[in-house]
Amino acid sequence: MKVDNSLPLEYSTEENNLKILGFWIFIGAEIMLFATLFTAYFTLENRTGNGPTGADIFEIAPVLVETILLLASSFTIGLAIHAMRLNKKKATMGFFIVTLILGAAFLGFEIYEFTHYVHVGAGLQTSAFTAALLTTLGTHGLHVTLGFFWGLFILIQIKKRGLTPETANKSFIFSLYWHFLDIIWIFIFSFIYLKGMM
Amino acid sequence: MDFFDRFAVPHPSFLIYASMVGIGLTMLAIVVGITYFKKWGYLWREWITTVDHKRIGIMYLLSALLMLFRGGVDAVMMRYQLSMPENTFLDSQHYNEVFSTHGVVMILFMAMPFIIFFFNYLVPLQIGARDVAFPRLNALSFWLFFMGMGLFNISFIVGGSPDAGWTSYFPLAGNEFSTSVGTNYYMIAIQIAGIGTLMTGINFITTILKMRAPGMKLMKMPMFTWSAFIANVIIVFAFPVLTVLLAMGTMDRLFGTNFFTTDNGGMDMLWANLFWVWGHPEVYILILPAFGLYSEIISTFARRNLYGYKSMVASMVVISLLSFFVWAHHFFTMGQGPLANSIFSITTMAIAVPTGVKIFNWLFTLWKGKIEFTTPMLYSMLFIPLFTLGGVTGVMLAMSAADYQYHNTMFLVAHFHNVIIPGVVYAMLAGLTFYWPKIFGFMLNEKLGKWTAWLLSVGFVLAFIPMYITGLDGQARRMYTYSESTGFSAMNMVSFIGAAIMAIAFVLLVYNIYYSIRYSPRNIGSDPWDARSLEWATHTPVPEYNFAITPQVESTQPFWDSKKNGHQLFKGDIEKIHMPNNSGLPFIMSCIFFVFGFAMIFSIWPLAIITLIGILGCLAYRSFEKDHGRYISVEEIKETETRLRGAKK
Ligand code: HEM
Ligand SMILES: [Cu+2]
Repeated sequence: MKVDNSLPLEYSTEENNLKILGFWIFIGAEIMLFATLFTAYFTLENRTGNGPTGADIFEIAPVLVETILLLASSFTIGLAIHAMRLNKKKATMGFFIVTLILGAAFLGFEIYEFTHYVHVGAGLQTSAFTAALLTTLGTHGLHVTLGFFWGLFILIQIKKRGLTPETANKSFIFSLYWHFLDIIWIFIFSFIYLKGMM
Repeated sequence: MDFFDRFAVPHPSFLIYASMVGIGLTMLAIVVGITYFKKWGYLWREWITTVDHKRIGIMYLLSALLMLFRGGVDAVMMRYQLSMPENTFLDSQHYNEVFSTHGVVMILFMAMPFIIFFFNYLVPLQIGARDVAFPRLNALSFWLFFMGMGLFNISFIVGGSPDAGWTSYFPLAGNEFSTSVGTNYYMIAIQIAGIGTLMTGINFITTILKMRAPGMKLMKMPMFTWSAFIANVIIVFAFPVLTVLLAMGTMDRLFGTNFFTTDNGGMDMLWANLFWVWGHPEVYILILPAFGLYSEIISTFARRNLYGYKSMVASMVVISLLSFFVWAHHFFTMGQGPLANSIFSITTMAIAVPTGVKIFNWLFTLWKGKIEFTTPMLYSMLFIPLFTLGGVTGVMLAMSAADYQYHNTMFLVAHFHNVIIPGVVYAMLAGLTFYWPKIFGFMLNEKLGKWTAWLLSVGFVLAFIPMYITGLDGQARRMYTYSESTGFSAMNMVSFIGAAIMAIAFVLLVYNIYYSIRYSPRNIGSDPWDARSLEWATHTPVPEYNFAITPQVESTQPFWDSKKNGHQLFKGDIEKIHMPNNSGLPFIMSCIFFVFGFAMIFSIWPLAIITLIGILGCLAYRSFEKDHGRYISVEEIKETETRLRGAKK
């Protein structure tokens, strides 16, 4: 493996470069995936059948907390990558742990939110609107869940193997993914919750 | 027994039971054969676990040929059913099942793997690379595709076939009207194969962007590589739409959601729209690589540089953009109003312009060329006029007002077969004949090949041109029979004869393969057609590492320049080469996917959950795995090189 030391660790080998580009393309596909979900959501938004509307069920408090948690985790993963570039293993791991805790807390609130919806009669089967809503939120939540475990595995690898070109590459790619999920959440927050509550 | 009832065929017939026995016996024969010849180890080491793009390509090819057979049998059954009025060979339910599986099999499990075979085999060779960017992912792509294909194909003997058309419009595809598990198969099998295809897209874009030989600027890439690049970009943008669409369809069918239902706010037209947002780009994913192959073949056998390289590239880029903005032309009659219809009419007709540019470029390439009529060239020359006819009827269909007459008639069926068969299928056969010697080390017989091409074309014209006429006269598509008084009988009989001739042409193709394996000379060298691009610059058979020394490129046809203009392709010394390791993980994970899909289709939840955990377990294993590949030593490369150089004259 040829290692080019003039570049940051995550870009230092040919393979690493390929992986980063490949992941950007994957994010392109993910954008299309969420774009389709949003399209379906906006089409079905007002088709509530006999069920409740968005204004009936959305609650600002948990959503705000979720938003703050996820935005904060995006910031901490950024710090983790910064620490990684400075080759500080401990700090990298620390920020990773904070990120994952924030992610888990986000998921906790989201689960609460879902049970709340079901409770007030907005289950998956209620109407086209609820189906689209829960699928869109659920897909994002599923991404965060997978991301949580992925991040956990990377954390363990950093602990065991140190900051190598490989683990650095994985961490960097993970951070791209995590930021991406954050951006999607901002769309969800603005165009599903805020718009729905207005 | 209740549990097992669900696996029974809901609407059985003698033919289905016969195929069941046939499939069972064939499987048994294969297993016994492999065991008897002690080939399990070989199969596992050399094929199942391989990450070599060439071998993966060949497996795609075999799948495609198998599916060509399956889809072809479906086709002949349909044509026979319609050859006479009031025929009772198939009843309405069987006819529904047959046209639904025919469409899906031909588009997704025949044409797609066929082009992906070309991506796999050719792209790394054409750009002078050692493999694709992510060889392991490539294996996973293949196996997911393969398992999706397998799942789809067992539907007619386990639980029932999909029967709502390859477009599977709701509410027809909903639980109310499609009561068997058939449409579950549709949703889930295509989903699994589709994920594989999406990863193929990511893989090839990265490969083409990052792994080109030194000197090969984007505008020096061979035309097939360009077409592959653009097709893969379309894949990456179109397939996620399919993923979401199928997931929503699955939820409607399995979890009782209301996306596409007719009550509680559901909207059936959302399916139609999203289906074609994926579906129309999909047809361009198929046709663009076909265009790429024709470009390679026509320039090789006209012995001229491809005319209008830049406009070829530009027209493909324009086509790929436009292909995302025409989807509503598939349902002009379904109520979106004159303004929307007019806009989609215009965007659709606009696609004919860049397509026309390409046709003229091929014609100008032929102009003053020293044309040599080999089999691949013959296919290309048949393609140009026949495909143009299909394009013209496409523009007719694109006129939204007129489409009220054509829509969902045999005229439409004639149109898309007219573009897909001379466009895509001919390209696949031409490309197969052209690259056969590179892949297998001997040529297919030219005389038999030309017979196949001509028979296929005669069959094609007889089978599909009459449909334009009966379609204009009002024969609807997807109708299992008609009465004598409609006057459609004679034309439909002609169609059946045409279909039979096409079937004979395919048999001849198979015979050609058999004949050539036995009698074709083997000492043909590595460049039997006197071709132009890099894939011909390496040995036949292509060594594992493709090129011992990475080639240097200065023009769009480096190999031609090295033969005629003294360009030096291989500079420098042999160095050790880094190669990826084989892995069984893609196969194992895909097998678990298969079981997961099966469990979902039949709503066997415990099994679904267990297999889902299995899939996640594979991913976790992959995350922790250390795999740095291996090196091929200089001695080993030199040895292989001398051996291969000795093999050719
Ligand atoms: C000049 C280019 C083309 C134009 C203007 C065009 C136009 C159209 C239109 C307007 C329809 C819908 C008609 C209806 O449903 O009433 C249609 C259907 C279709 N076209 Fe084309 N087309 C073109 C090229 C192609 C190509 C190159 C392919 C495939 C390789 C293709 C494959 C299909 C298929 C598969 C369908 C219909 C499928 C179905 O409903 O089951 N077309 N085309
Ligand atoms: Cu279309």
